[in-house]
Amino acid sequence: MADTQNGTSVSIPHLTSTTFDEEVGSATEPLVVDFWAEWCGPCKMIAPVLQEIADEHAGSIRVAKLNVDDHPDIARRYDILSIPTLIVFKDGRPELRLRGAKGKRQLLEELAAFL
Amino acid sequence: MTKVRDIIIIGSGPAGLTAAIYAARANLQPLVLEGEPSSTSDQPGGQLMLTTDVENYPGFVDGIQGPELMRTFRAQAERFGAELVVAKATRVDFSSRPFGVWVGDDEYRARAVIVSTGARALMLGLPSEQRLLGYGVSTCATCDGFFFRDEEIAVVGGGDSALEEAIFLSKFATKVTVIHRRKELRASKIMQDRAFRNPKIQFLWDSVVTEVLGDSTVEGVRVRNVVTNEETDIPLAGLFVAIGHVPNTSIFTGQLQMDEAGYIVTQPDSSRTDVDGVFACGDVQDSVYRQAITAAGSGCMAAIDAERWLEAQHDAPDEIVATQSTR
Repeated sequence: MADTQNGTSVSIPHLTSTTFDEEVGSATEPLVVDFWAEWCGPCKMIAPVLQEIADEHAGSIRVAKLNVDDHPDIARRYDILSIPTLIVFKDGRPELRLRGAKGKRQLLEELAAFL
Repeated sequence: MTKVRDIIIIGSGPAGLTAAIYAARANLQPLVLEGEPSSTSDQPGGQLMLTTDVENYPGFVDGIQGPELMRTFRAQAERFGAELVVAKATRVDFSSRPFGVWVGDDEYRARAVIVSTGARALMLGLPSEQRLLGYGVSTCATCDGFFFRDEEIAVVGGGDSALEEAIFLSKFATKVTVIHRRKELRASKIMQDRAFRNPKIQFLWDSVVTEVLGDSTVEGVRVRNVVTNEETDIPLAGLFVAIGHVPNTSIFTGQLQMDEAGYIVTQPDSSRTDVDGVFACGDVQDSVYRQAITAAGSGCMAAIDAERWLEAQHDAPDEIVATQSTR
């Protein structure tokens, strides 16, 4: 887990086929869903970056993860054919889709509208 | 004033991390700018981060996973005191010493620089390929193969990487077509034998992809036979591109001598570039061998070359002075 300046870390929930709609629909802030899997190297590399963003922008956005291996129905619903893919949901609707691993600077730029 | 270090290493594949191990053990406290996460091979750990089984790296009788091998390289560099930073160098200035390296607005200075930024996979360069990237067109077979379970897919290319991807993808797909522009493969004999024996792998010779078809996801490819010029549409769910590599050298344009393909030119039997005090190792200066072991070997050479060069410069002042290029 990434360390933040004040030493606390926002928890990043793991969504499932059962909880996905409820969690995404009830989020009050924009929710970044990280579609990932254990065998995906680039997914592992962006996980700490997303943790940092979640910590530093707590209050404006939240981050959650969906394991495509365990919950392929949700991955199929959003035509996920490549991971990592990030989808930003606002009021339950997908507003922005980012494909591929990126560095923190670039991710923050692309998420700027939600921060 | 910015702290002046002995060595900055740009890039963290087998070449950069081997240079880091040697430089750290020589007490040069290297700073390694590892790069940033990416879904292409231009990323921390380099091209092995997107591979699975590495069977030809000496010392691992049963093979080792690419990302695991790189984790051990990194840990070994860290153990001897290398400073590793997940950041991508965005600009360099080799025209004066100490050399300048920037990550955005952050400035770093060093007496010697080792360039090991590697190479990344070449894409076809079709607009339709860009449009469908992530929707059936993939740059990472190990990441995305899973999504093509029970589907028909294709791999473009005829080298070892193309066959490795085809064999890996045959675990998921019902059929993998290898599309190659010639009638024979460039790949090693052992990979060819494995691919030819694999019942799920088929070959489409003398053919190039001219268009990726599909509205929201890949539905097929248009292929032109380079002998007959005949065009055919093949229905497919996924396309993996492995047609070769391009060196990651754009930030060194105008700073270091490169060949016409963009590879950094090093002097024979050495890692020296045309700028005194700047060394290059690994795939960024090697379009011939391109192996993890040769990259690691040349990383070791670069660290030793840099160490000896620094020793010879021992009395040099720390203020910025113009460098002399041999160009």
